[in-house]
Order: sequence, then structure tokens, then C-alpha cells
Amino acid sequence: MAKQKNKKLTPTQQQYQRLASSKEPKRPVLKNCLRAFLAGGLICLIGECIRQAFIAFGGFDEKTAANPTVAVLVLISVILTCLGVYDKIAQWAGAGTAVPVTGFANSMASSALEHRAEGIVLGVGAGMFQLAGSVIVFGTFAAFIIGLFYAVFIPDFAGGGH
Amino acid sequence: MLKGHQSWVFENRPAIISTATVVGPFEGQGPLVNDFDIVHGDMYIGQDSWEKAEKSLLEESASKAIEKAGLTKDQIQFYFGGDLMNQIISSSFAARTLSIPYLGVFGACSTSMESLALAAYVVNYNGARHALAGTCSHNASAEKQFRYPTEYGSQKPSTAQYTVTGSGSAVLALEGSGPRVTAATIGRVIDMGITDPFNMGAAMAPAAVDTIQAHFRDLQIEPSYYDLIVTGDLSKVGYEIAGELFKRHNFPIDQTTYQDCGMMIYNYDKQNVQAGASGCACSAVVTYGHLLNRMKRGELKRLLVVATGALLSPLSYQQGESIPCIAHAVAIESE
Repeated sequence: MAKQKNKKLTPTQQQYQRLASSKEPKRPVLKNCLRAFLAGGLICLIGECIRQAFIAFGGFDEKTAANPTVAVLVLISVILTCLGVYDKIAQWAGAGTAVPVTGFANSMASSALEHRAEGIVLGVGAGMFQLAGSVIVFGTFAAFIIGLFYAVFIPDFAGGGH
Repeated sequence: MLKGHQSWVFENRPAIISTATVVGPFEGQGPLVNDFDIVHGDMYIGQDSWEKAEKSLLEESASKAIEKAGLTKDQIQFYFGGDLMNQIISSSFAARTLSIPYLGVFGACSTSMESLALAAYVVNYNGARHALAGTCSHNASAEKQFRYPTEYGSQKPSTAQYTVTGSGSAVLALEGSGPRVTAATIGRVIDMGITDPFNMGAAMAPAAVDTIQAHFRDLQIEPSYYDLIVTGDLSKVGYEIAGELFKRHNFPIDQTTYQDCGMMIYNYDKQNVQAGASGCACSAVVTYGHLLNRMKRGELKRLLVVATGALLSPLSYQQGESIPCIAHAVAIESE
């Protein structure tokens, strides 16, 4: 891919791109990974605490506690987004705040906030899925493919009836 | 008068009789805060959307510049303005409020010097007694249009730049006192095949170098003619690349001081702006505020401002197009 792209460039452009990439500060991959691990891990730890709290005090069992836990995490993420804090945490945490469900909530809340000025229907309603739309489309598609896989190879599992 | 291939020399030396700069709260925390006329404490500037806020910035700087020149709106014949928004709405809507005959221009972040060069040209040839040049940008409206929603948590790479919230306007006239616009060089569009919208500095550096070299070739002068050459918003990454390109082209930039507006407006230690500043307002507020103040204090006699612009749209880079860039140079000399 990269080579194919390079073919379209003139030798001067290629020479310049080598210069430009040599001057580009290297991305601190190791540091980013470590931060993502710590931030993502912390979010999961908080989630686990909330889940255990729902089991201990909320009358939920191991399985049913998952839904209210996700709802609480989403709520926290939306509140932090509205307070203008989430993006600042994300600059530090990178993938750590993008990958968990909080990142998905942030993508929807931030889009909704951003497009509020264009009205409720065309702004908030349509704009909300600006970033989340592709996650939903490809998430649903991936689930469908995996569902097919189960239906073909492990029909017992897919057929329901626990 | 045309000189060389792409430069104008203004024999009548139009004067910048007044300038006004307006900035947002984040710029107010930077080192140049005392050079701005108005520093806002609120990113919304009392409006209900980012776009309206950006338009207000421009309205304010334009009105303030006219007021400082001791003029009224009806004494300004033409207004040259542009900005980063689609269909340059900030400028056109501000022109609606100002109701001055208006020519909208677009050169992305090079608009500051593009509009100044055009205004100087018109005034030089008696096309107007007074002309107004102005531009603006807003961090949040630029993020919204070109990148992600402002509150979206994405990690910016160290090559990214922070769009300046602000606006700068200047009033030009043949009569009156003020720094003189003596020459301008209109740039070519240069595309070196950079596709990363988070690395505008690298995309724009060759355009800046091309225009600077053209300026000295056309005017047949040496860099030492100027006390200071500034580029608009190359920031750390682009500035270093430009320095390297000058060296490779054997261009004697070290005869003078070469700086970048994008590296002047924020405090790198305290403000998290990655490579530096960008946006139409970056070169506008630094030039019309800080640099012309230095000229008034006698610290600078001859100044060359080379505003740089990346002519991309969100659609063009999603379709895999590289980023075409441009730079326009304007020479300003003290009286």
C-alpha cells in the first residue's frame, strides 16, 4: 500500500517526505501503551467496583449486574464530557479512555453537544452518530458474521436453549 | 508595480493607520497577552454557537480597528476578509454587519497576508482611500469542521497544532501615519504529498520556503534587508523543516532573524498545544498586535510576514488527497 502510494509521488516529493518524517517527533509508543494500560485498567477497576456494589447492595446477581454497571459508567463518562474534562483526560490516556464503553459514550455525547447549535433533529439527532455510527454499523456487522459462524459450526450454541 | 514574477512593490507605500486584535481566553494566558486590544474570558464570546462566536470576534476587531483609526464605517471603501469556515461565513456575516463593500478571500491561514496584500494594492493605486483587511479563526469551530467534536477524547500527536481563537484587522490608507506596506509576494500552491492533517507544519513548510525565495529573487534583495522574517503558523515541526530546506537550497536565512508566529503566542511549558499554534488568527494577531507594537517601539524597522495556509477540506483528505499549501509574503517597514 505504502509503496503503491509512493509511486505516484515525484522524486522531489519522495525526498521531501523523507526529510519531513525525519523531523517529525517520534510517537512515544511505549509511554502511550503504558498510560492506556493504566487508564483503561482503572476504568475497568471502577466498573468492577460498581458491579460488586450492585451485587452486594442492589439485589442483582452476577449476570444481571452487568447492565446497570454499564449504565453508570456511561453516565459518568457523559457527565465528564459535559464538564469538558473527558477530552483532557483522553489526551493523557489515549486508547485507555477510547476503548472502554466510556469512550463510546464520550463520542456520542461530544457529537450531540457539538451539533446542538444546529437544532434538535438535524443537530443532536443526526449529529450524535457522527463518530458512533461507524462503531454501530461495523459492530453489528461483526456480530452478524460471528453469529453466522456459530450457526454453521456450533449450532447448539447459536440455537439458544441454555 | 509588478516586480519579478510574482511580487508587487507599492511605490506609494500605503500606511497601516490602525490595527485591532481580539483573542480568546487561552491566548490571554499566553506570553503576548499585553499586545492584544481585547481578551475575552469566554470561548463563546456571549454567543450560542462556535460559528457565531467566531463571527463576533471578526466584527469586534474590524469595528475596533475602524474606531482606532478615528474613522466611521462609511469612510472605508472596501473590506477584504476571509476565514477557515466553509463558504467563509464568518467574514461574509461580519461584512453583513459592517455593511462595507466586501471582497471575500480564501487562503486558509494565509488569508491574513492575502487580504493585507490586496488591500495594500488597492490603496496604493488609489482604488480606495481607506481599505480594511481582516481575518479570524476559532479553535472550537475549526476543530468541529476539520477534526472531531471539541469534547471528543482523542489523543493528539505531537505534530498537531492548536487553532488560535482570535481575530485581527488592519485599516490601510495612503495618508496618515503608521507602518508602511512596501511589497508583497503572492505564493504558488505547493504540494509535497503530505496527507496527514495532524502535521500541517510539514505540509506548509515548502510553500513558505518557496514564497520567501521568490520574494528575494523578485525584489533582488538579501535576507539581511529585513530585521525579522516570520512565517505564519509552521510551528515547531514546520519551522525546523523550513530551516533545513533553506540550508539545502543554500539560502542565507541566517543573515536575519527568522521566527514563526505559531511558536510565539503560547507558552509551551504551561499550555498543552503540541507543536504550536495555527489558524488565520495566528499570524494576524501576532503581526497586527505583537510585531507592529515592536515596530512602533523602534525594535523593528523592516519586517517580512509570510502567512502560510493549508488548502485542504475535511472531504479532500478523507478521499485520500494530499494537502496543497500556499504562502503569501507582505513586507512592512516603519515610517
